[in-house]
Amino acid sequence: MESDAAVEISGLNFRYGDRAILKGINMRIPRGSIVAIMGQSGCGKTTLLRLIGGQLQPTDGRLVVEGQDMNTISSDALYKLRRRMGMLFQFGALFTDLTVFENVAFQMREHTDLPESLIKDLTLLKLEAVGLRGVRNKMPSELSGGMARRVALARAIALDPMIMMYDEPFTGLDPILMGVIAQLIRDLNSALGTTSIIVTHDVQESLRLVDYVYFVSEGVIVAEGTPDEIRASKLPYVHQFVWGEMDGPVPFHYPAPSMQQLLTGNSLHSW
Amino acid sequence: MLNKLRRELESIGSLSLDLISGIGAVFVFLLLTLRYSGTSFQRFSLTIREIFYSGVLSLIIILVSGLFVGMVLGLQGYETLQTYGSSESVGVLVALSLTRELGPVVSALLFASRAGSAITAEIGLMKATEQLSAMEMMAINPIARVVGPRFWGGVISMPILTAMFIGTGVLGGYIIAVLLIGVDSGAFWSQMNAAVDVSHDVLNGLLKSFVFGLAICSIATYQGYSAAPTAEGVSGATTRTVVSSSLAILALDLVLTAFMLKG
Amino acid sequence: MNRATLNLWVGIFVVGGFIALLFLAFKVGNFSSGNLGETYGVSAHFDNIGGLKAGAPVKSSGVLVGRVVAIQFDTKKYDALVTMRLDKRIPFSNDTIASVLTSGILGEQYVGLESGGEPEMLKDGGEVTHTQGAVVLEKLIGQFFLSKSQEPAEASK
Repeated sequence: MESDAAVEISGLNFRYGDRAILKGINMRIPRGSIVAIMGQSGCGKTTLLRLIGGQLQPTDGRLVVEGQDMNTISSDALYKLRRRMGMLFQFGALFTDLTVFENVAFQMREHTDLPESLIKDLTLLKLEAVGLRGVRNKMPSELSGGMARRVALARAIALDPMIMMYDEPFTGLDPILMGVIAQLIRDLNSALGTTSIIVTHDVQESLRLVDYVYFVSEGVIVAEGTPDEIRASKLPYVHQFVWGEMDGPVPFHYPAPSMQQLLTGNSLHSW
Repeated sequence: MLNKLRRELESIGSLSLDLISGIGAVFVFLLLTLRYSGTSFQRFSLTIREIFYSGVLSLIIILVSGLFVGMVLGLQGYETLQTYGSSESVGVLVALSLTRELGPVVSALLFASRAGSAITAEIGLMKATEQLSAMEMMAINPIARVVGPRFWGGVISMPILTAMFIGTGVLGGYIIAVLLIGVDSGAFWSQMNAAVDVSHDVLNGLLKSFVFGLAICSIATYQGYSAAPTAEGVSGATTRTVVSSSLAILALDLVLTAFMLKG
Repeated sequence: MNRATLNLWVGIFVVGGFIALLFLAFKVGNFSSGNLGETYGVSAHFDNIGGLKAGAPVKSSGVLVGRVVAIQFDTKKYDALVTMRLDKRIPFSNDTIASVLTSGILGEQYVGLESGGEPEMLKDGGEVTHTQGAVVLEKLIGQFFLSKSQEPAEASK
C-alpha cells in the first residue's frame, strides 16, 4: 500500500503509566511538505516526534511512516527506516567528544564504506550548506548555541534523509539566526524534496515557513489548517496562541487556592 | 510503638527489595551490553580509546597509591615482625597482603572512584544532552557504540592496573624495608619468592580484580545509562556508582576469598 | 588527543602491565617452581602432619622438588595420607625418608625428602614408607622437662 503520505496517523493514543499524553491523534503528512506541530510546552509535541522516530511505541492506534506500520515494525526494519530519517534536537545533541567534522561524518562512517576522501568531501559539502565549513576542527563546546544547531542540522542531513524532524528549531535563537535556520529548512525541502515535520511553539516564524499546521493542546489536536486559515481562525485557543495573549482558554495561573482565601486564612491547611 | 516498629520493618523490607531489583537491573544491563559487544571488538580502536580514558588516566593515582600502601606495609610489617625476630619475612608479608587482598581491593576502589564515576558521568551527560537519543535516531545502537567500548575498556584496564599496583607496592615495601631500614635484600626477595605462589596468589589476585572490573563497569555504565537526564540525575548517578561499586567490591571480595581459600 | 598518541599511550600501558605481571610471576612469586612441568605422584603416611597444607612445598636439601597436592585422613591406619607430586627429572630411592619440617620457628611447614641408598627408584603412584611426622611443640617441651628432671639423677651416679 503505497500512498503519497510520508506519515499517516489515525486514532493514536499514547500513555506513560496511567497518564495519557496523546489522545486520539489523526494526522496525514504528505511527502515533500513542511508541517508544523504547535502547542504549549508539555502538550506532547516532542512525544509525537519520538513516536514517529520509533523511539516510543504507540499505546494503541495506527502510525504508518513511509509505508511501515510502527506498531509491528521489526527492529531491523526500524533501523533501516531511521537511516532515511533525520532529526534536529532542541539543543543540537552534538557528540561532545568528537570534532565538528567528525560529528557530521559520523553517520557516513557508521553506515557506509565510503572511502575517506569521499567522506571528507561530502562532510565539507554539508558543512558548507550551513555556512560553517570554517569551524570543522572545533569541538562542540567551542561553538555558540546557534552554530551548534547549524552543525547539528548539517549532521542530520548527512545521509540526505527523506523525512526531517525538527524539535524546537527556533527556541533560544536571535531573530537573524532564526531566519537563517528557517531558510535552511526551506532550501532542504526544495532541493531534496524532504518531508519536514517541525515541532515548535514559535508561531510567527513557522507560519511563514510551513504548508500546514496542527495545534495540539493537552494531547488532543484542537485545530489544523493552512497558515492563512490559522491566522484567520476564530477559535479562542488558536487566537490566544497566535497573537500571544496572556489570559484566555489557557489560564495564566496554575490552579491554586485564591489569594483572598489565602489571606483570610480560610484554607491554610491546604498549603 | 508497634506502629513504629512496623514502619521500620517496612523500610527494611523496601530497602532489601530495592537492593535485589537494583542488582537484577544491573545484571540485565550487563547481559544487554554483552549481547551488543561485537562493535567493541570489531572496531577495537573505540575500545582502545576507552582503555586510554579509564586505564592510562588512572595510572598516576594507582601507581602513587600502590607505592605508599607498599611503604606503609613495609614499615608496619617490620615493626610487628621485629618483635618476633623475623624481620626478614617483611617481604613475604608485603607481597602476600598485596597480591591476595590489598592489591585487587584497593586498586578496584580507586578505579571505581576515578574511572567508574567518569564513565557514569559521561554516559549520563550524553543522555541528558540527548546524544544517546540522537544516536538512536541515526540508527546506531548506543549500547553497542557508547556503552560497549567503555565497558570493555574498563574491564581490560582493571587487571592491568592491579598488576601495576601490586608491583609498585612490592617496590615500596622494598624501599622501606631494604633501602631505608636495612633488612637483608637477599632474604627479602628469597623468602617472598618461596612464599608467593604464582597461581594461588598472583593469578587469584588478578582473577579477583577482573571480577571487580566487571562489577564496576557494569554498575557504572548502568548508572549512566539509567540516570535521570538532569544535572541532579547525573550527579546522583555518579555518587551511586562509587557507593554501590565500593560495596560490591567488598562483598564480592569476601565471597571470592572464601572460595579461593577453600579451593 | 590524536589517534596515534592515544595508541602509543595504550601501548605503553599494556606493556607496563605485562612487565608488572612478569615481575609478579618471577621476582615476587616463583613461576618456575609453581609450575613443575612433568611430575610423578607419590604418597606417604604420617602420624602427625602438624600445620601442613595442600600446596605446601616438598624440598630436598632445601631445594624445591615438588608440592603437596592433597591431604586425607586414612580411616584404615588412622593417620594422615599425604599425596605429593614430584619433579619427573628428580628420582628418589624406594627407602627415601619423608618428614614434616618447619622453615624457621614460625615459618610455614613443608615436606622434606632425604633419599636413601637403594637402587630401586620410586615410581608414579609409589609410597614413601619411612616417614617422620611433625614435631609438636608441646611434646618437645614435655620431653625437654623430662630429660632435665632426669639429669641430676644421672649426675649423682
